[in-house]
Amino acid sequence: MGRTVGNNRFTKCLAVLITSLLGGGAAQAAWELNMPVGATDVSAKVFDLHMLILWVCVAIGVLVFAAMIYCIVVFRKSKGAVADTSIAHSNTAEFIWTVIPVLILIAMAVPAAQTLVEIEVVRDTEMTIKITGYQWKWEYEYVGEDVSFYSSLASESNAARQLNTDIDPFEVENYLLDVDKPLVVPAGTRIRYLITSNDVLHAWWMPDFAVKKDAIPGFINEGWFEVNEPGIYRGQCAELCGKDHGFMPVVVEVLPKEEFDVWLAEKKGGVARAAATANQ
Amino acid sequence: MAHAQDKYYIPHGTKWPILMSVGLFTFFLGVSSGLNGGSFTVPVVMGLGLVLTIIFLWFGEVIGESEQGTYNDQVDSSFRIGMMWFIFSEVMFFAVFFGALFYARQLALPWLGGEGNNFFTNLFIWQGFENAWPSNGPADVGGDFETMGPWGVPAINTALLLTSGVTITVAHHALKENNRRILGIFLAMTFLLGFIFMGFQAYEYIHAYQDLNLKMTTGIYGSTFFMLTGFHGMHVTIGAIMLLVIWLRCLRGHFTPKHHFAFEAVAWYWHFVDVVWLGLFIFIYWV
Amino acid sequence: MSATTTHDEHHDDHGPDKGIMRWITTTNHKDIGTLYLFFALAMLFVGGAMSLVIRAELFQPGLQFVNPDFFNQMTTMHALIMVFGMIMPAFVGFANWMVPMMIGAPDMALPRLNNWSFWILPFAGTMLLSTLFMDGGGPASGWTLYPPLVLQTGDALPFAIFAVHLLGVSSIMGAINIIVTIMNMRAPGMTLMKMPLFVWTWLITAYLLIAVMPVLAGGVTMLLTDAFFGTSFFQAAGGGDPVLFQHIFWFFGHPEVYIIILPAFGIISQIIPTFSRKPLFGNDSMIYATASIAFLSFIVWAHHMFTVGMPLAGQLFFMLSTMLIAVPTGVKVFNWTSTMWKGSLSFETPMLFALAFLFLFTIGGFSGLMLAIVPADFQYHDSYFVVAHFHYVLVPGALFGAIAGAYFWMPKWTGHMYNETLGKVHFWLSAIFVNVLFFPQHFLGLAGMPRRIPDYATQFADFNAISTIGAFGFGFTQLLFVYIVIKCVRGGEKATAQVWDGAEGLEWTVPSPAPYHTFEDAPEVR
Ligand code: HEA
Ligand code: HEA
Ligand code: CUA
Ligand SMILES: [Cu+2]
Repeated sequence: MGRTVGNNRFTKCLAVLITSLLGGGAAQAAWELNMPVGATDVSAKVFDLHMLILWVCVAIGVLVFAAMIYCIVVFRKSKGAVADTSIAHSNTAEFIWTVIPVLILIAMAVPAAQTLVEIEVVRDTEMTIKITGYQWKWEYEYVGEDVSFYSSLASESNAARQLNTDIDPFEVENYLLDVDKPLVVPAGTRIRYLITSNDVLHAWWMPDFAVKKDAIPGFINEGWFEVNEPGIYRGQCAELCGKDHGFMPVVVEVLPKEEFDVWLAEKKGGVARAAATANQ
Repeated sequence: MAHAQDKYYIPHGTKWPILMSVGLFTFFLGVSSGLNGGSFTVPVVMGLGLVLTIIFLWFGEVIGESEQGTYNDQVDSSFRIGMMWFIFSEVMFFAVFFGALFYARQLALPWLGGEGNNFFTNLFIWQGFENAWPSNGPADVGGDFETMGPWGVPAINTALLLTSGVTITVAHHALKENNRRILGIFLAMTFLLGFIFMGFQAYEYIHAYQDLNLKMTTGIYGSTFFMLTGFHGMHVTIGAIMLLVIWLRCLRGHFTPKHHFAFEAVAWYWHFVDVVWLGLFIFIYWV
Repeated sequence: MSATTTHDEHHDDHGPDKGIMRWITTTNHKDIGTLYLFFALAMLFVGGAMSLVIRAELFQPGLQFVNPDFFNQMTTMHALIMVFGMIMPAFVGFANWMVPMMIGAPDMALPRLNNWSFWILPFAGTMLLSTLFMDGGGPASGWTLYPPLVLQTGDALPFAIFAVHLLGVSSIMGAINIIVTIMNMRAPGMTLMKMPLFVWTWLITAYLLIAVMPVLAGGVTMLLTDAFFGTSFFQAAGGGDPVLFQHIFWFFGHPEVYIIILPAFGIISQIIPTFSRKPLFGNDSMIYATASIAFLSFIVWAHHMFTVGMPLAGQLFFMLSTMLIAVPTGVKVFNWTSTMWKGSLSFETPMLFALAFLFLFTIGGFSGLMLAIVPADFQYHDSYFVVAHFHYVLVPGALFGAIAGAYFWMPKWTGHMYNETLGKVHFWLSAIFVNVLFFPQHFLGLAGMPRRIPDYATQFADFNAISTIGAFGFGFTQLLFVYIVIKCVRGGEKATAQVWDGAEGLEWTVPSPAPYHTFEDAPEVR
């Protein structure tokens, strides 16, 4: 029942909190703290950029907070501190703390702009996939290949996510991150994606590729990705699209090139066979 | 009439605001219910009636106080500053609709036609759509339509409003020189021009709907056309009514050459409506 | 008051009316300020209760309490209530109470209009809240009201839109009043550059309000006509674009977030010097920084829309302009810190909340800066990282600013000191729980949890559980605040006129509680 599950979770999470505070048990996969490095060159660059700005902010934060804490500790009235009311402003200081942040910001903007340009320029793509958002599923179309299919939340997850069900989400594999038919793409291939929607806004988000793009009805957005390592990657719809917004995951299965060709041929055959039977 | 106070006048207690809120609340409940297909007459009529009554009474009280000399110069400049910023908020309100017009013309439609990196938008969704203004969009929403040429009624309307801008200035000068007769005549001309404008505008709407198949539902062209001209027309109506009120007050001997905030406020408002119209004439009808 | 009062009718009544009519018909800035503040406090609990529904549902994976559609209604209403019903009215309440007293004015410039600005609010709020009971429920499209989704709203749509219109009218009228008061009602000698910073930040905030509330009004009007009159503003088929609404919304929405934070900056700029017993460091540069922030806020809006497929040049422009805002904001943070430098600090409750503001707002600002970096925002956008960012600036930012202000001025308002011990307890519990509540949300977002979802994958379970514990802790702590306020209104140690030994400014020259009418004769400001 929900309640017991809750209590278990509660005790477990307190336990984990305490152990991790004591330095142990932090290795739990669930306690993911950071952005994934991901599976593409771009995602790795975005990760580096993220770490760069994070550390810059941390560094500035340490300095600023240190100054604040210093004031709080040293200039206490209770310790007999007397205010020096003659300090009202200082042009030098104010100049310095205007210019230095500007320089830091420029230093951050340059790599950011470079990465952005790399992401935004779509060229030399080897295949094109059209993604269409629906309330609440995705359609994937292999442009020029006559292959297309819908991808919806896997049925086990769907059963477990209902209100008042007895199914424990922890017992469901890849709860809410599994679909019936994933998008299948070849590894090491520069893929152009085109994205649109059939009803309301959606957004196709694959953290491991650092791709998030809005699906807008009536317009087509484009972008690209190239995955290095075969594997299964999971993400979710990232734009509020109605009641089942939380239940339209994005799953991509990346196959080695040869296996992908086989898969595609099979799919095409399937379509051809289906068309043939329909014609009869 | 007492001499002007040397203290800033702080009114004591007022029941108009809450009644005004009740009126607006009732009115909007009625309109919403009507939009949802429910019944609406009673709340709309009651709400609107209350709002109009309160406006009448509230302004009446303020005018009374003003005529008694309750307001000193500082109060007067409060009103002035307040009115200026109110008009600024109206400017921003119109700016949105102009913004929508420019966005559609400069960005959305070209994109739908395949410009920028929207080659695939055009190829996959709106095949064959070529962007050209005026447009009711790639799906030809609302069907074929004709536009309102600038040099017929709109040009006449432009002349009317520009003239009214002159007449109100003449009236203002007359007021300052305490020439009440000229004041009355030119003020009357101003609001009459306003009402004639409204007449033409109504005629234009009927023409658009009946002969040009130009409607609110005519894609983005119809949407922007009616939204901009509609809200402008609403403002002309309000402005003309205010002019009428001011005129009646002049007939009653209100305002002095030195003290006539209400007159100036209405004049500013009228100039604002005028300038918006020029924008409309250029961007809606002309280019 | 002196011999000049002979012919002043309004002088024969120095006290308020009795009973409920006092509050309904009042034109007194202090009464109206009180109304605003209590309205805001009530809405904090209404909006907060909704957030507790959200957090309860998110305590563990799986759906336990509400269905997904109701969850979305809660998210939407929580935000609308908190932003339009709680934090903005709270700061308008502060402005009403304090601006006339700080500049030596007898009241707000347009007292009847002032009453109206307030009395629209309860009606607009009722209209908005009533949608929850309608066919199809309340709006469930997020507070951003993006079409086409928002057009799928049931009967609630027109009600919600008109509620937004009314809230807009209230804000615009309130803002006009504040501008007029500041521009026209200053006591002789109170030059612009001598004005206290709270007055300055509100002046600039009021300009922002007048500039952007009509924009929101226009935007939702287009939603209305798209929904009911067949226009095509946000439909590609007719030549419009759903993204157009996003531009309009954020052209309003981004300045809106500074509308929310600038008055808090103002309050902090009053409190820190007081408890450092030292004038505000760089007073003039604080004013210029505020103005720069306000100016920049008009040209950064599309940083909320980096994933919509904007042209590259647009993305670069909005990234750079957004990053620039860190500079004037940094100036403020550094000036506050320098104000404490070589001061004589004491740590009463207002100062504690101000210090928490200083630390935690800065953290929120840093995460905002990270969001501005476009390639990284492709990962952060619409994830809980964003939720963490904006709650850090809104809750320990704006809300703590308001709470700090409430403690700071409560003795002036009520004539009694609040209970300092309880205040400190309130502070420590709030400061701890707010971090328990929102810090883990950074990790959730980075690990890939989207926002606006009622249920999530199991790897997000632990941090969500912690966050929910923090939420309930923080929420119930605020009941203590209510208790402290009521206790202070009812009685307590008598407050002196100056209240705090470091306090400076006109508001501290009048007795506590401040008399019903202050500065009927303008004070002389040297
Ligand atoms: C009070 C409200 C408030 C404030 C003050 C801010 C301040 C800032 N915000 Fe925030 N923001 C919101 C409220 C606020 N925001 C809300 C509500 C949303 C989400 C809306 C929604 O989608 O529902 C949002 C979303 C949001 C986004 C969109 C994210 C997304 O959806 O993908 C971005 C992106 O750029 C952003 C950026 C910033 C920046 C750069 C600042 C800057 O002003 C911060 C500046 C401050 C500092 C940087 C810290 C102090 C400075 C120094 C100590 C100086 C030295 C520092 C450096 C040189 C780094 N915000
Ligand atoms: C000023 C604005 C403001 C404030 C103060 C808050 C305060 C809080 N917010 Fe809010 N929030 C927003 C503005 C704000 N939020 C916005 C703009 C969004 C985006 C919405 C969107 O996506 O569209 C959002 C979204 C949002 C989400 C994401 C929802 C989602 O994506 O689905 C969450 C989840 O944790 C959340 C939680 C909280 C919590 C726990 C608080 C706490 O600080 C609240 C503390 C609680 C209380 C103070 C109430 C105490 C109540 C009781 C003790 C119960 C007793 C009850 C009665 C007596 C009636 N908020
Ligand atoms: Cu599709 Cu959210
Ligand atoms: Cu913003």
